[in-house]
Amino acid sequence: MQSSIFSQIINEKNSKIFLGVLIFVAIIVPLLNLAVPADSSFHISTYTVTLLGKYLCFALLAIALDLVWGYAGILSLGHGAFFALGGYAMGMYLMRQIGDRGVYGNAELPDFMVFLNWQELPWFWHGFDQFWFAMIMVALVPGILAFVFGWLAFRSRVTGVYLSIMTQALTYALLLAFFRNEMGFGGNNGLTDFKDILGFSLQSDNTRVVLFLITAVTLGAAYVLCKYITMSKFGRVVVAIRDAEDRARFIGYKVEDYKLWIFVISAVIAGIAGALYVPQVGIINPGEFSPLNSIELVVWVAVGGRGTLYGAVVGAILVNYGKTYFTGVLPEVWLFALGALFVLVTLYLPKGLMGLYEQLSQRYFRKEAKA
Amino acid sequence: MKINSFVSFYKIFLTISLFVFFLPGTPAIANEHSFSEAVSLLSAKKFKDKEVAVDKVMLFAKQEGYSEKVLTVLKLLLKGQLYYKKDNKQIVSLQKNNGKYNATDVILGNKLSETSKRKFKKITVNNKLRRKLRSLIAKLSLKNSNSKVRLSAVQEMMGTSSAKDIESIQTYLTTEKNSNVIGAMQTLIALSQLESNDDDIRLAGINIIAESLEPKARNKIVSLLEKDEDGKYLEQNKDIVYAAIKAKRKIDERRDVYDFFEKVFFGLSLGSVLLLAAIGLAITFGVMGVINMAHGELIMIGAYTTYVVQLLMPNHIEYSLLVAVPAAFIVAGLFGIAIERGVIRFLYGRPLETLLATFGISLILQQLVRSVFSPLNRSVETPLWMSGALEINPVFSITYNRLSILIFSLVVFALLMLILKKTSLGLKVRAVSQNRAMARAMGIRSEWVDAMTFGLGSGIAGIAGVALSQLTNVGPNLGQAYIIDSFLVVVFGGVGNLWGTLVASMSLGVFNKFLEPEAGAVLAKILILFFIILFIQKKPRGLFPQKGRAAEN
Repeated sequence: MQSSIFSQIINEKNSKIFLGVLIFVAIIVPLLNLAVPADSSFHISTYTVTLLGKYLCFALLAIALDLVWGYAGILSLGHGAFFALGGYAMGMYLMRQIGDRGVYGNAELPDFMVFLNWQELPWFWHGFDQFWFAMIMVALVPGILAFVFGWLAFRSRVTGVYLSIMTQALTYALLLAFFRNEMGFGGNNGLTDFKDILGFSLQSDNTRVVLFLITAVTLGAAYVLCKYITMSKFGRVVVAIRDAEDRARFIGYKVEDYKLWIFVISAVIAGIAGALYVPQVGIINPGEFSPLNSIELVVWVAVGGRGTLYGAVVGAILVNYGKTYFTGVLPEVWLFALGALFVLVTLYLPKGLMGLYEQLSQRYFRKEAKA
Repeated sequence: MKINSFVSFYKIFLTISLFVFFLPGTPAIANEHSFSEAVSLLSAKKFKDKEVAVDKVMLFAKQEGYSEKVLTVLKLLLKGQLYYKKDNKQIVSLQKNNGKYNATDVILGNKLSETSKRKFKKITVNNKLRRKLRSLIAKLSLKNSNSKVRLSAVQEMMGTSSAKDIESIQTYLTTEKNSNVIGAMQTLIALSQLESNDDDIRLAGINIIAESLEPKARNKIVSLLEKDEDGKYLEQNKDIVYAAIKAKRKIDERRDVYDFFEKVFFGLSLGSVLLLAAIGLAITFGVMGVINMAHGELIMIGAYTTYVVQLLMPNHIEYSLLVAVPAAFIVAGLFGIAIERGVIRFLYGRPLETLLATFGISLILQQLVRSVFSPLNRSVETPLWMSGALEINPVFSITYNRLSILIFSLVVFALLMLILKKTSLGLKVRAVSQNRAMARAMGIRSEWVDAMTFGLGSGIAGIAGVALSQLTNVGPNLGQAYIIDSFLVVVFGGVGNLWGTLVASMSLGVFNKFLEPEAGAVLAKILILFFIILFIQKKPRGLFPQKGRAAEN
C-alpha cells in the first residue's frame, strides 16, 4: 500500500515536473557557483545562491501553509509564528556557538545578556549548545504550540474566520512578547552575529552552498511527505472535512483529531523552514512574528494556487522574486503591487496560477481532441 | 499653537490693562516711568543684578493697577520669552508666529516693527532666580479671581513658604470661598506647623495634614517616619511618630480609593477608544458578516481627514473637530462604499477570500497615505477646550480630551443604535442580515442596503479616527494597531450584538488598566490576548451570543 502511494506520487505528472526542476536546480546552482570561474557570465554569485536558498525556505513554509489551508481549509494567519519559533531555536544554537568570540568575550552568555547584566543563562537556553537538542526543539516548539492552540481551538469548534483571527492574535501576542528584553531572546534586535554552524563558518561559500542544498533536499522531502499525507486515507478524510465538516463528523470521523494533526505537522514543517532560513540570512528578530509576514505568506499560496503543493512553491518563489525586484527598484510600488495582488488573485484567480495553467491546458487539450 | 493662543490671550490682557492705565485721573500714570525703569533693569548681565531688578519690579505689585503687569512680566521672564533690544535696552516679549518673530513692548503693549531676532537678546534666568520667580508668581496669583490659579499658587508655595508667607496665607484664608483652595491653604499652614518646636503644634499639624491628599504633604509625613540604621525612628517623640503613622495610613487609604477611580477612568477611556474602533466593525462584521481587514485603515483615513481639515482652517482650530467629524464620516464612508462596490460584493459568502482581498486593500491604502502624506507621523492639534484636566483633588484628575472621547463614543454608540432600531435603513439592514432572500422578496434592494451598511460602518470607523487623532500621532500604521484589538472586542462581545461590543470594549479596557501596573503594559496586552483566546474556547460565540436556530454558522 505504502509503496503504491509512493510510486503514485512519483508518477503523477506535475509532481514529476516539480521534483525534476527541483533536482535540476539543486545540481546546477552549486555547480555554477563553485565550478564556474567568477568572471564567467554563467557564474552564480554566492549572494544569489543564498537568495535562492531563502526563496526555497519560503517555498517550504508555503507548502506547510498549503497543507492546512489548501487541504484542510484552515486559513492560518499565524504560520509565521511557527516559522519564527523554529528560526529562534536555530538562532539560539548559533548564538551559543559564538562562544567567547562575541563583543564582550563571555564564553557562556550571549552578548545581549551580558549587555543586560544577566549573571547566568536562563533555564530555557540550556541545551542549545548541542546541535541535536536544537534540532529537536526546532520541530518540538512549533509542534507543541500548534498542538496546544489547535487542541483548544478545534475542540471548541472555532472555525473559519474566527480561527484565522485567533491565529493572527496568537502571532501578534508572540510578536509583542518577543520584543520584550526580559523574555531573554534578544528583544528588539533578536539574535544575530552568528559565526559558524557545526564548526563550518557561515561566511564561507561552501557552507552557503551546502545550506542551499540541504534546503532544496528538505523541500523535496517535505513535498513528497505532504503529497503522501494528502493521498493517504488520513489526507482524504482531511479533504472531506474541508468540504463538509459536519457531514464528516456525522459519518463518525473525529474531525478535531484530523484537523489537529494536520495543523501540528504543518507547524513542524514551518518550524524547519525557519531553522533553515536563519543560518542563511544570519538574523532572526521579532519582526518575523509580525502578522503582515504571515498574511504575505497566505498570498504566496493564493497566487500559486492552493491545494496543489507545487502551486504554493511557485507562488512563494514568484512573489518573493517580485518583492526583491520591486523593493530594489521601486520600493514605493511594492505595497501597492502586493495589495493589488491580494485583490486580483481573490477576485479573478481563485485557484491561483496553477489553476489558470490547468484551465488553459485543458482547453488546449480539448481543442486537440476535437480536431 | 497652544502657546500662541496663550500669548495672544495675554496680549489682549495687556492692552486691556493698559487701557485701564490711561484712563484720565488714575494716579498710576505718575508711576509709569519708574515702573518701566524698574523693568528695564532686568536687562542686567549678572544674575545678582537681575534679582535686584526683580525685587524692584515687585515693589510695584502692591500698587493699584500694577499687580497684573508685574505678574505678566515675571511669567514671561520665567518662560524665557522676555528679551531686550540690544540698542536701547527696551524690554519686549518675543514669540514666534509662522516662522516670524513678533516683538511686543511689555510696558506699552505695542508691537515693534523690528522683527529680526538678532536685534534682541534673551534675558536668561538661573535656577535660583527661577525658584524666586515661581514663589513670587505664586504669591501674586493668590489674588487671582480664578480658583484654579489660586490653588496651583498655594501648591507651589508648599514647602518653600516663609513665616511671612504663612501670615499672608492666613489672611487670605479668611476671605477664601473655594473649598479646594481652603484645604490646600490649611495644609500649607499645617506643614509650617511641623517645623515648630512645640510638639503639640506639630501634632495638630499632622492631624490636619492627614486630611490632605497633596503629594507634598505625604512626602513630609513619610520624612517624619524616617529610620536610622538600627531601624529606630529618627523622631524622638513617640506621639508624633504614632500620629504620623496614622496619618500616613489614612492618606494612603484615601489615595488607594482615588487610585482605583483613576484606573477605572483610564480603563473606561481605553474602552471608549476600543469601542469607537470596534463599533464600525460590529456593523460590517457583526451585522453583515463581512471581514474587513481594511477597517483599521478606514480609521486611519478618518484621522488624516482631521489633519487635512486642520490644515484647511488653521485659524479656527477650536471648531476644526466639529467639521472633522462629519468630514471623516463622509470620506471614510465613501471609501467604504467604494470598497464594497469594487471588491467585497463579488465575494459574499466567501469570508476567507474577503479577508484576503480586504487585507490587500489595507496595504494599498497604507501605501497611498505614505505616498501622499509621507511616512512620518503627523500631529493633529487638540483644541483648547479639550486640553487641560478637571482636577478633582491633587491625586485624581480627569483629562478633558479623554473625558470628551468617552462621552463622544457613547453618543456615537447611541446614535448607531437609534439608526439601527428606529430608521428605515436600520430596519432594512436587520432584515437583510437575518434573511437575505426573504428581504429581497419583500422588495428590499439588498445590494443598496449592503452598500449603505458598509458605508455606515466605514463612516463610523472614520469618526473613530477623529477621536484617535486626539490621543495618538497620526501615521500610516495607526490603523494596524487597532485592527486585531477591535476584532477581538467584536468576537468577545458576541458577533452581531452591539451591546456586547459595548460591554466587551469597556470591560477589556478596565481589565487592561488594572493589569498594567501588575504586569507591565506589553504583558498586560499579551495576557488579555490569551484570555480572549481561552474565552473563545469556552464560549465560541462571545459574551452575548445571537440566538438562532441554524445548525451551522
